[in-house]
Amino acid sequence: MGLEAKLMSDGFLTTTIDALVGWARESSVWPMPMGISCCGIEMMAVAGPKYDIARFGSEVMRFTPRQCDVMLVAGTVTYKMSHVVKKIYDQMPDPKWVIAMGVCTSTGGMYRSYSVVQGIDHFLPVDIYLAGCPPRPDNLLNALMLIQDKIKNTKAREFQNIPLLEPVKVNGN
Amino acid sequence: MEIKDKIVPLLQEQFPETNFEVTDFRGDLKIKFDASLIVPVGNFLKQHDELKFNMCEDVTAVDWATKKKRFTIIYHIYSLENKFRLRLACDVEENHPHIESVVPVWKSANWYERETYDMYGIKFDNHPDLRRMYMPEEYEYYPLRKEYPLMGIPGDLTLPKK
Ligand code: SF4
Repeated sequence: MGLEAKLMSDGFLTTTIDALVGWARESSVWPMPMGISCCGIEMMAVAGPKYDIARFGSEVMRFTPRQCDVMLVAGTVTYKMSHVVKKIYDQMPDPKWVIAMGVCTSTGGMYRSYSVVQGIDHFLPVDIYLAGCPPRPDNLLNALMLIQDKIKNTKAREFQNIPLLEPVKVNGN
Repeated sequence: MEIKDKIVPLLQEQFPETNFEVTDFRGDLKIKFDASLIVPVGNFLKQHDELKFNMCEDVTAVDWATKKKRFTIIYHIYSLENKFRLRLACDVEENHPHIESVVPVWKSANWYERETYDMYGIKFDNHPDLRRMYMPEEYEYYPLRKEYPLMGIPGDLTLPKK
């Protein structure tokens, strides 16, 4: 049952702030498309009508890092490019997530060579590694759903790296 | 007479002193000659009324590793008029490998020569802007030389801080 339907029938709902904020956040994950090479084409397919990333509330591809929540690193990251990727990542507001799309991005893949970074986790915190060369668009949607799960299960205060307080004992109970 | 049979006699006529080594492999003509002549020969091939090799498709090099003249520089040129492709080759020494730039002849050679410089360390004299193409500018090595390890030299390229 959707939110509207519930509000229509009862006129109210009980929930926790964490659940509400998590629900809102997970349904509007705006991606920063870093289509660096061939994987970028599959990323574009995800945005198209056949796979339709809009079903997950992520159709707002922002080409400015300042409005993004998740960075889709789609393609081979060379050492020269790594500084650019990092610079863009640094400009994204917290909280932020990273999807390493494709084997190149995750491990260097078939490019075992001097110029390619052997996995972007050498300089970025990665949340999801996606297998495939390139991964199918549905696989990217799967990664997005995993990110959504992760967001949903994160408490609102954890986003700011504030440790959860111990439950306070009242009157010795 | 086909264009292919005309090139070498015309060249020999224009440069009588020079030794042109001609290889014909499966219909692809290669002409090898002294490196100091690359600009006059290129200019002649381009300006000649019949030949008109007006397009430079690629400049690259070969590293033979053990030969005394270690590098061979290769030019792929094309005649749009005659629909004919030709390969020019010049050997250069290992110490201070350099050759005259052909940018005054074919403008498109500009970036190809930069790439060859980046990958092999061959200096193109009088090139308008001889900087590295792919590697960072302060980089010290030439990755396509044979002695360069496939995975690079540890620590030669920096990553951003985590
Ligand atoms: S993983 Fe495959 S498709 Fe993706 S960037 Fe690398 S080579 Fe291209």
